[in-house]
Amino acid sequence: MSTVLDVDAVTKTYDTGAVEVHALRGVSLTVEQGEYVAIMGPSGSGKSTLMHILGCLDVPTTGHYRLAGEDVGTMTEAELADVRNRRIGFVFQQFHLLSSLPAWRNVELPLVYAGLSRAERRRRALAALERVGLGDRVDHKPGELSGGQQQRVAVARALVSEPALILADEPTGNLDSTSTDDVLGLLRELHDQGRTIVLITHEAEVAQAAARVIRVRDGVVTSDEPTDSPTGVTA
Amino acid sequence: MTWRDSFGTALGAVRSHKLRSGLTMLGILIGIAAVILTVGLGSGAQDKVRSQISALGTNLLVISPGSSTASTGVRGGLGSSTTLTVSDADALTSKVVAPDIEAVAPTLTSSETLLNGTTSWTSSVVGTTADWASVRARTVSEGRFLDAADESSDAAVVVLGSTTASELFTVGDPVGQDVTVDGVQLQVVGVLASSGSTGSTDDDDTAIVPMSTAQQRIFGGATRTEVQDIYVEATSGSTLAGAYQEADDELLQLHGITTAADADFTITSQQSLVSTATSVDKTLTVLLAGIAAISLLVGGIGVMNIMLVSVTERIREIGLRKALGATPSLIRRQFLLEASVLGLAGGLLGLALAFVGAAVLPHLISDPIAISATASVAAVGTAVLIGIVFGVYPASRAARLAPIDALRSE
Ligand SMILES: Nc1ncnc2c1ncn2[C@@H]1O[C@H](COP(=O)(O)OP(=O)(O)OP(=O)(O)O)[C@@H](O)[C@H]1O
Ligand SMILES: [Mg+2]
Repeated sequence: MSTVLDVDAVTKTYDTGAVEVHALRGVSLTVEQGEYVAIMGPSGSGKSTLMHILGCLDVPTTGHYRLAGEDVGTMTEAELADVRNRRIGFVFQQFHLLSSLPAWRNVELPLVYAGLSRAERRRRALAALERVGLGDRVDHKPGELSGGQQQRVAVARALVSEPALILADEPTGNLDSTSTDDVLGLLRELHDQGRTIVLITHEAEVAQAAARVIRVRDGVVTSDEPTDSPTGVTA
Repeated sequence: MTWRDSFGTALGAVRSHKLRSGLTMLGILIGIAAVILTVGLGSGAQDKVRSQISALGTNLLVISPGSSTASTGVRGGLGSSTTLTVSDADALTSKVVAPDIEAVAPTLTSSETLLNGTTSWTSSVVGTTADWASVRARTVSEGRFLDAADESSDAAVVVLGSTTASELFTVGDPVGQDVTVDGVQLQVVGVLASSGSTGSTDDDDTAIVPMSTAQQRIFGGATRTEVQDIYVEATSGSTLAGAYQEADDELLQLHGITTAADADFTITSQQSLVSTATSVDKTLTVLLAGIAAISLLVGGIGVMNIMLVSVTERIREIGLRKALGATPSLIRRQFLLEASVLGLAGGLLGLALAFVGAAVLPHLISDPIAISATASVAAVGTAVLIGIVFGVYPASRAARLAPIDALRSE
């Protein structure tokens, strides 16, 4: 098994003018291909910051991050955009759907930048929505969907390009238990297909879905151990 | 991402903010319509003057006796009251001397009373040669014009202007009838077609006789070889200057004058009349076009303003698109296209408004407006260019945003 994510002594410092905020104070971890990892920690511990670095949306202040063996620090903006497009599927903490576009248009966005034909995009977007159980809501705009449905649209968008890596930041944060189970079920399926999944959560039950839990506190990793989840692939 | 996708995205963005896009386009629209209309007004005025002048005869030079250059007034010729003669005109007809001259028509004009029985009418009687019709761009509606045989035989024939003809012959066909001028009986051989000129003098109130007849039989006396004006037609518009030079050189030589400043004749071109007439219009057009251009600039700044607002308002969208794989150049393209769509739509609507204006305005200001295709294409092109130029800054601002900063901004 090859190493997909290799985080090496990464720090992230935000300079807010008056004070420097040390969001990450030296994080090192590796994730193998096909793993299902949960990152847990209290609010403000640096989970989202870590995910943004893993997803090439942000760069470390110091330290190195290698994605599938390639040092992200040496890539150009356009190369990073290409990596995000082809390798990574994001599910954001705040959904980040475009309110002016119907669900299927939101879902097809990664495929637009991948350069697929219109017909192919629509076909795959509809299939992805079908898969998250929103086959009858494809033409609804985000404002016309419930929070759980919006989150499922976001999941559909993350899986539509069939990326090898799925980064999900609190995908169940705003959901009731039924919707939570739906989303976790989807992630489980994706994992079963061999995709690498990094799931951020502060709920212990949600973290139990993963095979491995990394705990973060004040910008450092405090523990990194397998769960007793039977479905996990141990590292 | 294909251009078509980028275009679709840009169009969608423009459509989803209808009011704002509409107001932005309004700025461009007014500017473009103003530019097209002022240019149209200017060229309409020029067309009008040009058509008035070409009605007099195209590529025309008029040689008149005396000098108008000297401030001391009209300078007389070598011991005679008028300085142009039939032989001057004859010399200019030579293709060797004046290759750029197509036709020459000397004229001798006098106001005379014409009689048809007891009906009388005072008209301007012009003695000239057969070339007059071509030089002055006139045709006959009935009968024929004068010919060379009339000239050589001092024929007692006359061609009437349409006004003169209808005054003298209220009933029946004038061709073949006789009229009497100064006791000389002349046969009407033709009637000129109306010149259609709307000038202050009636070009149709005239009677044309052969030059020789006028000199020998009608006017008589001291005018036997003298002519008043010589009309010269150049072979084409481009040879007008050459024809001018040839006529000037030849006449100076014939009159034995060594310095051009001492010339005892004056050559005027219709072109010089046109340029005087149009230069006033041009100044006005430039002024108006300047104002229109400024309004276009203001429209462009409006586009920039809206695009900046659009970028700021859609920072999260930009961040998301980048997170999902949009490269900086694709983001730039999207916003540039959006600005161009605003410019293009504004430009096309402005063009439409200009056409409406061109149809309505002439009724109010009695000036013609000629909208040219090139001006229209150029104006719409300018509108798109304005969109692009003023969209560049907002677009590159959008493209430079770091994805995560954009995503996290509120
Ligand atoms: N752009 C920023 N500028 C300054 N400080 C920031 C910025 N982004 C995050 N931080 C700070 O970095 C720290 C970590 O933030 P982060 O969003 O990673 O936390 P988190 O673990 O995801 O929290 P939550 O569970 O609430 O989502 C916080 O103290 C936060 O205030
Ligand atoms: Mg977070």
